[in-house]
Amino acid sequence: MKPFLREKVPTSFDEIPDTTSYEAGYLVTKNAGWRSVRPIVDTEKCISCLRCYLHCPDGVIFRQDGKVAVDYDFCKGCGICKKMCKSGAIRMEAEK
Amino acid sequence: MAINAQTLNETEFFYGHKACAGCGGSLAVRIALKVLGENTFAVLPAGCMSAVGFNFPQLCFSNNAIISTFAGTASMLTGIEAGLRAQGVTDFHAVGFAGDGGTADIGLQALSGAIDRNDDILYICYDNEAYMNTGIQKSSLTPFGARTTTTPAGKNIRGNLRPKKNLFEIVAAHGIPYAATASVGYLNDFMRKIEKAKQIKGTKYIHILAPCPTGWGIQTDETIDVAKEVVDCGLWYLAEYENGSFILNHDPKEFTSIEKYLRKQSRFKHLTDKDIQTIQNSRDAKWEYIHRNFK
Repeated sequence: MKPFLREKVPTSFDEIPDTTSYEAGYLVTKNAGWRSVRPIVDTEKCISCLRCYLHCPDGVIFRQDGKVAVDYDFCKGCGICKKMCKSGAIRMEAEK
Repeated sequence: MAINAQTLNETEFFYGHKACAGCGGSLAVRIALKVLGENTFAVLPAGCMSAVGFNFPQLCFSNNAIISTFAGTASMLTGIEAGLRAQGVTDFHAVGFAGDGGTADIGLQALSGAIDRNDDILYICYDNEAYMNTGIQKSSLTPFGARTTTTPAGKNIRGNLRPKKNLFEIVAAHGIPYAATASVGYLNDFMRKIEKAKQIKGTKYIHILAPCPTGWGIQTDETIDVAKEVVDCGLWYLAEYENGSFILNHDPKEFTSIEKYLRKQSRFKHLTDKDIQTIQNSRDAKWEYIHRNFK
């Protein structure tokens, strides 16, 4: 299972456990706002070598229909995937 | 079959973290956990990975993970391993991820103790060559000439005066069952080493070089290229220590330019040609030693 953004975000102290222990992999905030450029995958050119997936520090690239896709909630736009792609299937586009 | 991008576990265990874009250390943690699998208990001392992974209630590890004291990574691993064993759990890995400061300076005593007891743990040092989390202070793994906030580059003193501590061989000198060096620029090699460490009983140590775009002064997309280049230019090496002997995994026929590697990082911008010659001489001496003593 890919970790995902929870719909329920604890907002009051009642909802947050008293101890420091909490469910592992509990995500309540996105990282999308950090990004100034976003990677766009051209599925025509993608040969599914998974070099982008392997080298992504955030692990936001995943397999989809035999190609790859990006989880834009957590991508920080570092551009490593574009550098790693040998078939030129990823381009970086400015965020508007 | 060797593990690669196609056969790697698709589950993400380190996700949604707040590391800087292009962070090499978080890539090392992510890949290591994917190779180790679900039944892994991770220990993270104070350092980048605990600061970016546990922003309560945003908890980025999908496996068991805990923050330890700065000096206590290895001792906490010892406790976790013993505790699980006492509970009758057999199928697990206790792994620690400490930075270069948490390993070579602050946590060295605990690490040395754990190796001495030969506890069944895996200790991974992600080496970004300074205390990056607190704002780039020199550690004993900061290389010669690097500018940090505690070794500034001025007119008379140009950055760090001391060479990088040879931690891999210090760990190996304990007679550890398995130790290895790696780089995030060579992930297949790193994954093979984790896979190997998984099978070995006793203390395992893997030292992975992980560039930090913020501290090294490189673009966020250059992390992997720089991590590859540092191996290709001979300032880092991929090796293993096993059964009492050193094995060199990657022997570059010809080194790429050290100057090119250094000049692209702003932490080395101030170096003179003479400084670069000093670095080149120490590299040549190191490789002469490696060729003499490594298989």
